[in-house]
Amino acid sequence: MSTALLDKAPASEAPPEDRKPRRNITPWVLLLPGLLWLILFFLIPILTSVSASVQTGNFDDGFKLTWHWANYADAIKPYWRQYLHSGIFSVATTVLCLALGYPVAYFIAFKGGKWKSLLMALVIVPSFTSFLIRTIAWKTILADNGFVVRVLNDLHILGVTRRLGITVGTHVLASPGAVVCGMVYNFLPFMILPLYTSLEKIDPRLLEAGNDLYCGTFQTWRRITLPLSMPGVIGGTLLTFIPAIGDYINAQLLGNANTGVVGQSIENLFLRKTDGYPVGSAMSVIMMVGTLVLVMLYIRKAGTEDLI
Amino acid sequence: MGSTDVMGRTEGGDLRLVGLTKRFGAFTAVDSIDLTIPQGSFFALLGASGCGKTTTLRMVSGLEDPTAGQIFLGDKDVTDAKPYRRPVNTVFQNYALFPHLDIFENVAFGLRRRGFKSVKPQVEAMLDLVELGHLAKRKPTQLSGGQQQRIALARALINEPQVLLLDEPLGALDLKLRRQMQIELKRIQTEVGLTFVHVTHDQEEAMTMADTIAVMNHGRIEQLGSPAELYENPATTFVANFLGQSNLIPGTVETATDDVVTVSAHGRKLTLDAKRCRSVSGEVILGVRPEKVQLAVSEADVPSGFNALSGTVSDTSFIGVSTQYLVKLPSGEELSVFEQNTGREIQRPGSEVFVHWDPSQGFGLDGAQDIEAGAALDEEGAA
Repeated sequence: MSTALLDKAPASEAPPEDRKPRRNITPWVLLLPGLLWLILFFLIPILTSVSASVQTGNFDDGFKLTWHWANYADAIKPYWRQYLHSGIFSVATTVLCLALGYPVAYFIAFKGGKWKSLLMALVIVPSFTSFLIRTIAWKTILADNGFVVRVLNDLHILGVTRRLGITVGTHVLASPGAVVCGMVYNFLPFMILPLYTSLEKIDPRLLEAGNDLYCGTFQTWRRITLPLSMPGVIGGTLLTFIPAIGDYINAQLLGNANTGVVGQSIENLFLRKTDGYPVGSAMSVIMMVGTLVLVMLYIRKAGTEDLI
Repeated sequence: MGSTDVMGRTEGGDLRLVGLTKRFGAFTAVDSIDLTIPQGSFFALLGASGCGKTTTLRMVSGLEDPTAGQIFLGDKDVTDAKPYRRPVNTVFQNYALFPHLDIFENVAFGLRRRGFKSVKPQVEAMLDLVELGHLAKRKPTQLSGGQQQRIALARALINEPQVLLLDEPLGALDLKLRRQMQIELKRIQTEVGLTFVHVTHDQEEAMTMADTIAVMNHGRIEQLGSPAELYENPATTFVANFLGQSNLIPGTVETATDDVVTVSAHGRKLTLDAKRCRSVSGEVILGVRPEKVQLAVSEADVPSGFNALSGTVSDTSFIGVSTQYLVKLPSGEELSVFEQNTGREIQRPGSEVFVHWDPSQGFGLDGAQDIEAGAALDEEGAA
């Protein structure tokens, strides 16, 4: 105890120059674990992917970096349908999630009262079950002899959806509609959470002020609630769109041969072909850059720098 | 009754509350209020928190539905009208400025919703009125509390409502700014000539600004009148204690004529102006404001005809413009005395003195009420 105090004493009296280097090291020491993690599991894999996308070879002879840019042409041309499907499914999922999630988040935030936390828990609790199991469960829900198909059939809705290309034949399962259903179900909480957070923050007295200043219910929502909930709308759409565009589990389990998405193609190239690595990597890079550009354009268009 | 415009505004529109009642479950927040607020007046609803004043205001604005009773604007019944269909606007307690709009758009909001094509001249004139024209492009969060308050006022006033409601508009401001805004509000009210209904718990604020004050207590109006009337002639101990300070002395009426009432209290005869007596028989409470009371060292110094009580100074606080004394009567009661600093000798604690006042300055209240009513509330509200 006493020695510790004695040891410390000179240090505290030491001139500032002696302490400076120690101070400068501290942030780096604190950053180190995170930096190592990012380098190991983010930077290196990305560089590996980019480099693999311009290599040639196969598993038996090994891959060589030959700057073979033609891989990118091979990654686009035969797969344009998959890109189109990924795009349509993810946009449809995002739009439907917003349309379904906004009223739910609005109701919980403004009318939930003391049930708020419970209702939000109910939104999140299903996620405690495995993603895969929940998706497979939709096979039962949408099965041919199931409740959903029977009701849609009785209401003559299946005929309309078939003509629109959403369902196939007399089934709901194994159709684009089923894929989007599964995706909406799986990603809905990611939409509701940020929406709820931004709606919950809105001071109800602002809505009263709107009411006082000649806004009816709809105008109050349009002029006050909606603009103030934009951070949640943007956050929610991004949190839904980004995982949705890369998702292939739903297409795999609930789709058919004509609903292939990019993720399925990449999986095939990586796992089922001996020389598929370079083209598969090129597809990954295209998806990554494409998503990044889309998201940046979206954020700029939505003018979030003002809101977030 | 004059012409009616688009918003249903009628000229010559007094605000009239008839039997207005609001219950929340078993709790009665506003208990059958009858009130007429003349057009163009600056009216204050004064009371401690929980007395029902804000609920009354919210019913007038339409944000709260009355349980019973009616609200009239002029001869028009607006009891069931939606808030956005009433020619009434509110300045909210926390200002409730829209954070996503700049100051210009905040002020223009009401006009735009009513479909005005050009709003610039009106908004600019309104911003000039509150002297904040240079801040038009700022966002509300970039403004100080006082500036936000004035924008909230401009945002409501620009709609030229028939009645402007102010819900504790100065509550969030510091003392100095509050004084300044009180004068400002009064100036603007005189300038625009609209009816202002102002809710506050601050009696000084109400007295400074309002033409007429309604003191509320437990959902009822305790007394209604001009600030001077309420102060000089309180009707109840609640009003006497809540509005300023009062020395209240319980006593028994000895004799009563048309002019003078004689009360015996503390073994002495005290007289009162009969016109200022609410009760002229049995037990009464005699009241006198501390600044109307003076001290004399001997009974010979008490002017003839004045009421006098003997006591001992128990506390002296010299605060420059005046000296505040507490004088203990033999019965143990303490009277408060504010003596203006006219150069007279200051009495030290322990001195024997005679407290005296002009009988015309006292007031008489019914003896059957709580003598302490409203006394603690004022301090609570001021804190």
